[in-house]
Amino acid sequence: MSTPHRVPSPPAKVSADQPHGNPDLRLSVEQASYVYAPNPAQAPLFTLEALSFQAKPGEVVAILGPNASGKSTLLKLISGALEPLSGRVFLHGFATHSLPPKTRAQRIALVQQESRLLFPSRAWEFVLQGRHAYGGGLRFETEEDIAIAKNALAQVGALDLADRWMDKISGGEKQRVILARALAQQPLLLLLDEPTLHLDIGAQVDLLDSLRRLAAQNRYTVIVVTHELNLAGEYSDQVVLLQKGKCLRVGSPASVYQRDLLEQVFQAPLTVETISSGRPRVTILARK
Amino acid sequence: MRPLTLGRLLLRCGILALVLFGVVVVALKLGAVQVSLYGLGRDLIRVLLGQSSSISSDYGMIVVDIRMPRILLAIVVGASLSIAGASFQALLRNPLADPYVLGVSSGASVGSILALMLVNQLALSPSFAGLITPLGAFLGAALTITAVYFLGRRAGQIDSGTLLLGGIITASFLQAIIMFLMSTLAGGNLRGASYWMMGSLSTPPPQSLLYLLGFGFLLAAGAIYTTASDLNLLLAGETEAMHLGVDVPRVRLVVYLSASLLTGLAVSVSGTIGYVGLLVPHAMRLIFGSDHRMLLPAAALGGAIAVVIADTIARTVVAPSELSVGAVTALVGAPFFIYLLRRRLA
Repeated sequence: MSTPHRVPSPPAKVSADQPHGNPDLRLSVEQASYVYAPNPAQAPLFTLEALSFQAKPGEVVAILGPNASGKSTLLKLISGALEPLSGRVFLHGFATHSLPPKTRAQRIALVQQESRLLFPSRAWEFVLQGRHAYGGGLRFETEEDIAIAKNALAQVGALDLADRWMDKISGGEKQRVILARALAQQPLLLLLDEPTLHLDIGAQVDLLDSLRRLAAQNRYTVIVVTHELNLAGEYSDQVVLLQKGKCLRVGSPASVYQRDLLEQVFQAPLTVETISSGRPRVTILARK
Repeated sequence: MRPLTLGRLLLRCGILALVLFGVVVVALKLGAVQVSLYGLGRDLIRVLLGQSSSISSDYGMIVVDIRMPRILLAIVVGASLSIAGASFQALLRNPLADPYVLGVSSGASVGSILALMLVNQLALSPSFAGLITPLGAFLGAALTITAVYFLGRRAGQIDSGTLLLGGIITASFLQAIIMFLMSTLAGGNLRGASYWMMGSLSTPPPQSLLYLLGFGFLLAAGAIYTTASDLNLLLAGETEAMHLGVDVPRVRLVVYLSASLLTGLAVSVSGTIGYVGLLVPHAMRLIFGSDHRMLLPAAALGGAIAVVIADTIARTVVAPSELSVGAVTALVGAPFFIYLLRRRLA
């Protein structure tokens, strides 16, 4: 069965599957909130308060905040892995959590911090996993799938890694192959959870350069969860700043990066200056 | 890049099927009564032509009526246990998972024994009893894997070590129940404790049960095979599989139920034969890789080959007496496992 991608699947139930809101916006988070509670009677362990923001095709959005600020929860709401307690997350007018698994995988790709493998596989096998959502049952990979996988590897500069084993390549190379798998899904929305975590500085810049370029070329909407204030300031169009489950600010890096605000959120003395490109630069200072 | 194609899949399965055929021929020939290869071929052709009545020699009767059913049983049991093992390994993300280690086989044994006791109690007809035993085994297997699954969860995630410990403890608890049932409620045709704990293929079940076994095997193995490419992605974890388009709850349900059915059917006719589900998928993975579209049929054929060989050894080395086939698989299994481990580390 070969489904042409990006065709909405037939509506299964109620209005959740009908396009809703402004379809020109790619991603629209509307007053979405979430609560983790072991059971309804107890006090919640964590609450993500209702927040909203929008993103257009080709835009890079950074989600920033200290640990336990709700970054990962927000990413799960956007990816559709969690259903918002209130509000909605729409992708082209469809609520992400109510999309069927295959349709969702054709529209949303998630790059997680670490991709563990039980048994070793080669890089090309790994990238072809991104084509799973386009096949049914046992379908063997077509020439088209292979071409798309090769193209995805080429786009992240990892074509020469195709025949290498995933457990025998460096962290930076692995991260590129994982990104290639996400590209092979041909998504509209590319989500990344701390993609630069175990990378050295060169690999970090390489990765973000490719993200910036891919967002522009392929019109992806890219959402990155990160701790790297300066990389986010340099590469993103929009910043969502979270603290303890509250969304404090949404806007351009220049408008969000204010010394008082960042010092209060990250609990560290710092300075913010604007460099010649017009982007903010943060310097962390030692505590007196 | 050389992804799996249907042609390559069929070729490899064809080779394994030839190996299985060779092993079956040798197994038919070996035994307390020697049979010539020529006589064997002649008798087999007659059976295939539906002229089994024209087989006059005692040798022919031994081959056709005694060895052949036993070997067919070994094939289905081996394939079932091996597919169940490969499925549990993928679903639980644990390379050491198998129906025996997780206690699922023991659960199926307890289910079988309870079903047999029920049959004795109610004095049901033997043909009905033939249906009740596999059903009891299936329920026992399904309940056990459910229990072990929840024992193995920590903070919403399957934890490898906890899962294995949970399985081993469940297995020993269930074996204690088997011993208890055997020593307090012996009588009727409950078979012996050694049958339920070490396995045996020496008394093939009645014809009707064999058909049920074959049908159940095809149903469950087929159901698992439809999820083969989903299982490939589940190796990376449930969250990641979900984001790649796998309907995780559906796959989990289909595979747990089918693997429980396979284990239950195998145990209800052969007792607990250990290590097959652990070793065979590993060996096949080393040869053919971990793509389940290839691995599952390879494991089925490999499991059949392994159990036919093990059972042939069990009934010949100490002839005219017999070993438990589970003792043979365990004796051969452990050193082979160490060899596989060393080779993989090298």
